[in-house]
Amino acid sequence: MHFFSPVLWQFLVKWLTEFALFPPQASAIAPYMDAFYFFLLLISLVGLVLVGLMVGTFSIMFRKEKNPQATHIEGSTLLEATWTIIPLALFMVCFVWGALLYFRIYNPPTNAMNIYIVGKQWMWKAEHPGGQHEINALHIPVDRDVQLTMISQDVFHSFSIPAFRVKREVIPGRYSTVWFRATQAGTYHLFCTQYCGTLHSAMIGDIVAMPPDDYRKWIAGSTSGQSLAQNGERLFASLGCNSCHSGTSGARGPNLAGIYRSKVTLEGGRTVTADDEFLRGSILNPTTHQMAGYAPIMPTYQGQVSEEGLIDLVEYIKGLDSNDRIHQTLNDSNFSPSQAGATGAAPNYRSEQLTGAKQLPDAKPDTSTSKGMGPSPQ
Amino acid sequence: MSTIVRLPNQQDATLPKRSYLNSEYGLKSWLLTGDHKRIAILYLISITFFFFLGGAFAGLIRLELLTPMPDLVASDTYNKLFTMHGIIMVFLFLVPSVPATIGNFVLPIMLGARDLAFPKINLLSWYLYIVAGIFTVSALVLGGVDTGWTFTTPLSTHYLNTHVITAAMGVFIAGFSSIFTGLNFIVTTHRMRAPGMTWFRIPLFVWSHYAASILMVLGTPVLAITLVLVALERLFGIGVFDPSKGGDPLLFQHLFWFYSHPAVYIMILPGMGVISEVISTFSRKRVFGYTAVAFSSVAIAVFGFFVWAHHMFIMGVSNYSALVFSLLTMLVAVPSAIKIFNWAATLYKGSITFETPMLYAFGFMGLFTIGGLTGVFLGSLGMDIHLTETYFIVAHFHFVMVGGMLMAYLAGVHFWWPKITGRMYPEGLSKLAAVVTFIGFILTFFPQFILGYLGMPRRYHAYPPEFQVLNVLSTAGATVLGIGYLLPMIYMTWSLKYGAIAGSNPWQATGLEWQIQSPPPTENFLEIPVVDHEAYDYEWLANKTQHEVTTVG
Repeated sequence: MHFFSPVLWQFLVKWLTEFALFPPQASAIAPYMDAFYFFLLLISLVGLVLVGLMVGTFSIMFRKEKNPQATHIEGSTLLEATWTIIPLALFMVCFVWGALLYFRIYNPPTNAMNIYIVGKQWMWKAEHPGGQHEINALHIPVDRDVQLTMISQDVFHSFSIPAFRVKREVIPGRYSTVWFRATQAGTYHLFCTQYCGTLHSAMIGDIVAMPPDDYRKWIAGSTSGQSLAQNGERLFASLGCNSCHSGTSGARGPNLAGIYRSKVTLEGGRTVTADDEFLRGSILNPTTHQMAGYAPIMPTYQGQVSEEGLIDLVEYIKGLDSNDRIHQTLNDSNFSPSQAGATGAAPNYRSEQLTGAKQLPDAKPDTSTSKGMGPSPQ
Repeated sequence: MSTIVRLPNQQDATLPKRSYLNSEYGLKSWLLTGDHKRIAILYLISITFFFFLGGAFAGLIRLELLTPMPDLVASDTYNKLFTMHGIIMVFLFLVPSVPATIGNFVLPIMLGARDLAFPKINLLSWYLYIVAGIFTVSALVLGGVDTGWTFTTPLSTHYLNTHVITAAMGVFIAGFSSIFTGLNFIVTTHRMRAPGMTWFRIPLFVWSHYAASILMVLGTPVLAITLVLVALERLFGIGVFDPSKGGDPLLFQHLFWFYSHPAVYIMILPGMGVISEVISTFSRKRVFGYTAVAFSSVAIAVFGFFVWAHHMFIMGVSNYSALVFSLLTMLVAVPSAIKIFNWAATLYKGSITFETPMLYAFGFMGLFTIGGLTGVFLGSLGMDIHLTETYFIVAHFHFVMVGGMLMAYLAGVHFWWPKITGRMYPEGLSKLAAVVTFIGFILTFFPQFILGYLGMPRRYHAYPPEFQVLNVLSTAGATVLGIGYLLPMIYMTWSLKYGAIAGSNPWQATGLEWQIQSPPPTENFLEIPVVDHEAYDYEWLANKTQHEVTTVG
């Protein structure tokens, strides 16, 4: 190849060996996305060929040499209707197809395993429920629904895995979620796709999809000894949350056991579902998440708890199905985190609290700010 | 009904003794002029400067992306390059491109008016543009700005220490320049049409400018408000967009895109007007479905205001609002399709010649069709998840804005060049430039669609090595494209002195601007014409020419 520049030669070899039109198809949704892509490509091609044929044929047939006299034509309502209705119909098919995919990608299945992602300039931090932390990497099992609950600590980021065809904005001050089910083991690109400052293009990482056995090994080998919920429990005690959210009948704050995913009534009568976002918001902006029947006495924890800390707290509250542990940490000054492991088989107070049936009227807190009207029968 | 076209003998044409170009001399006569034609020239010079400035940044970006590693410039510099490229190209080139130059020059003449409704406001709009340009260049000279042209909060308000406010100020002022142009066009179209020039006799160029002007006047104030809020947030921390103070960072994006999506139509609609004129002229035939094309401009302007949240499908807007915005996005795609088909149908039974403006118009139709159809990809909710924020979106809007709008702008500049200067550009060289531009464009931006589907994010200084091949192709294309843009710049300047003398109507076009001398006199019309024919009436033109010949003979 002496007549060929080596650079050009290398380029051609690269072109032939690495050329790809599609990223790897590594998630359950990817084949559906690609099918839709082919449909869109097809209608684009038909549209383009149609316009090209019209312009090309007319240019040849009616060029001046062949057709020296133009014929005056006003227009045609029938033709206008045709090229309004046919594109509209095709676009409507795209709309419905696209909407179905969108709802599938952005509505996670309820039994998905949840991993937390914190984005910050310029790194991704993944937190597994078992307490495993990763930077710019995410290990996941294949053939298992995985939901990511994501938040940004500073600016907008965007979590994108092209091989899985999923992406979602990671927003400061608000949880966003996305889910996927990996189907092929392998290592895939993770990109931040929302411009986030100087090292935006360095905010990348690896998604490692592993067969279930390898994943179990990896999880066992990377544990830091403390699960997120255990960290959360410690934080819950050290911030003094348990002094009000004690779960006892006279508590000044709402009972948190079993609150996750239940319907709660807010001050003013609005009913909302207590999801991750609600729990986080209640810690940072208690006044806007004030539950009916309680005095607005909770201070804001804005600026006192990091996003990771908030995730620990949320994870702890989510798993809380009885108040035993709270009582234990309240009463036992020598509380050691190592004790916090298995959940106690204690009676569940959830139903009592929600119905308020067993609450004693005289157990109300006698603070002057208390409004004294709540779910409890007077 | 048929029309025989006879092109006038250009050898006999002479430059008129008096025209707007030589009625007065000296810098002052230009800088204090109220003449819409002279203001158009001022705009033409200034936007050409900013086009090449923005283009130089694009060249540096492509050069950096030749290799996967960040090696030509530092990351911060790279971020500043694409930010300045975006700000300059969008606010200082694309938004004023066709309206402020060609629109300013021919819109009043097309309507049979002696000037725009408010000549002094027209001049003020150019001065505001220059002030905006000075602010933008200052931001650049002082050290640049790296927010991206979208000024996204909280990055722009809390996390950058570059010249955000200076750049935002530039965009803020440029907005007022565009509002004044729009206001002038709206009032002129309503109030200053010549006798007999009814709404359905005005050329489609005016219809599309009218639609774009409505968008400018109603949309741009929202951008101004948004930028003021960004500045206040930066200076005083008022907290509107700051979640830790109870603000909403997404609110910024709603406000910004409420302007910036209609802005896309502000940019493309005037270009569509140019294409209508060019296609009709070189097919010697009335535009097929005049009313459909006119009303599709208005439909684009109306729907254009209700699709902004399609920029935010992945940003945690509610799924149901995403549904509504996706549906409306599909609706706004339809009028564009109507236009394309009507232009193609105009060619049917025409008598077509292939002068340079026509080649650019064909380029527009091909590239805009691709740009428009890939917009349907992005408007489809599920597909948008994978494609948004990647090179697919970069390719899409460059197909619409560069492949569409810049092709239309060049078509228009070539088409009206004989009218503006009185001289022809060199035909062979300009055809070459049109072809080079088309090939360079496809080579630059088509690989980016593939890159986008592969997942390469936009605004990336470095990228994984497997994307290099496509990036090299894109950079190679950009080189060709650069030559395609430099050529007209050179031969147009050359033609000012050496171009053949054009005569008043070298294309045998029907617009009122072609019935007066080239270059036109300062007052455009010695007496205001009375219009008794439809737009694009080539039979009327043939009769008129014949009549003139007999009178002279």
